[in-house]
Amino acid sequence: MLEPDDRARFEQLVLPHLDAAFNLARWLLRSRSDAEDVAQEALLRAYRFFDGFHGGDPRAWLLQIVRNTCYTWLGKNRPAELMTEFDETSHAVEVRERPQFGGSPETQAIAADDRERLTRALEELPPRFREVVVLRELEGCSYKEIAAITAVPIGTVMSALSRARRQLKVSLTSLQGKDSLGKEVTREL
Amino acid sequence: MNCELTTKSLHGYLDGELDAVRAAEFERHLESCPECLAELESQESLRASLQQAQLRERAPLGLRKKILQDLPKPATTTRFAPSLSWQWLAAAAVLLLAVGGLGWQIASSRLNFSAQQQLSAEIVDAHVRSLQPGHLSDVISTDQHTVKPWFNGKVDFAVPVRDFADEGFPLQGGRLEEIDGKTVAALIYGRRKHEVNLFVWPENASDESVHASSVRGYQLLCWRKAGMEYWLTSDLAQPDLEVLQHLLAQ
Repeated sequence: MLEPDDRARFEQLVLPHLDAAFNLARWLLRSRSDAEDVAQEALLRAYRFFDGFHGGDPRAWLLQIVRNTCYTWLGKNRPAELMTEFDETSHAVEVRERPQFGGSPETQAIAADDRERLTRALEELPPRFREVVVLRELEGCSYKEIAAITAVPIGTVMSALSRARRQLKVSLTSLQGKDSLGKEVTREL
Repeated sequence: MNCELTTKSLHGYLDGELDAVRAAEFERHLESCPECLAELESQESLRASLQQAQLRERAPLGLRKKILQDLPKPATTTRFAPSLSWQWLAAAAVLLLAVGGLGWQIASSRLNFSAQQQLSAEIVDAHVRSLQPGHLSDVISTDQHTVKPWFNGKVDFAVPVRDFADEGFPLQGGRLEEIDGKTVAALIYGRRKHEVNLFVWPENASDESVHASSVRGYQLLCWRKAGMEYWLTSDLAQPDLEVLQHLLAQ
């Protein structure tokens, strides 16, 4: 049973990281309204498990719970999304076959960036790659923190980041070949 | 991307996560590998785009309130009430005496406890206020030679402005704050995605070593050196904040 002191401690240590919790949920679920529900559920779960928190980094501890809550929610509501793991070999072929726009397409694509295109490119990444980019680039987590949150070794964090970022560049390049409605205007070689 | 080091070290290098030996090894490699150099530049520009796009989304305003309402009420606070007997009163009296004696000791030291707490709360308020959009800096510059003169004529003391970008705490700017009825200098340092505020003002008293505290989840470090009082605050973990404190106190 939680004591009154625990509630004060929870409000002091965990609640300040609500924005981080919401942001991770928003990107994993790709929806603000679902993220709001799931972040709320995760915070309540965190409160229930709060006697299991023995010091350490409260943000990493909370994000770990948020992440688990998100995956449970996805498994229940959108199981197909969890199946879309990034297939290295098929993407390797795709990269080579992708139409080139002259010069260096990837630098072109990135230079002409805009928020919407980056959002779509990030949302196209499989969740396991999306989360490392979100934690690193949006949340500023260290590899050690990401490893703790996603429950993988640090070496895996580094390789996931490197694959995620390469994939992100590929998506950005391909998005440049689509018009604003997302229809492909250039696909044939 | 055939180069083995591209996959092995490039991202660790980009993220500042390689140890000094491996970072130096990778830098030597960059000199002779145009492929890695191009990839590093391309990754740096991807990162810059991600930063500029400001993709981090804040929680909706009402969410915090909703969560606070939904948190189950903790065990009641009336645990002691039913058995409030003379024994409890006696124990309470002893405790009061003890606390009173302790309070006396603390009050007679220069760090008056409640004044200190009030100051901590004021500092954290100023920090939180500064995080509102557009409130962080009056002078935005990573150049200490721009920030330092900006304070001239605005405060009546020399503000110690130093940049620690190489140590991972880049200077981001400065502004004025009202703390404890005084106009003080605030300097902003970055650490990954976190902002750190340093508040500085002259205080005519003897040096004090570092004192750590926390208010509403924000960490604070304060110390006094050579007639200046320093307060550091951030949502960073204490050890990170201590690194900056060491740099500043050098």
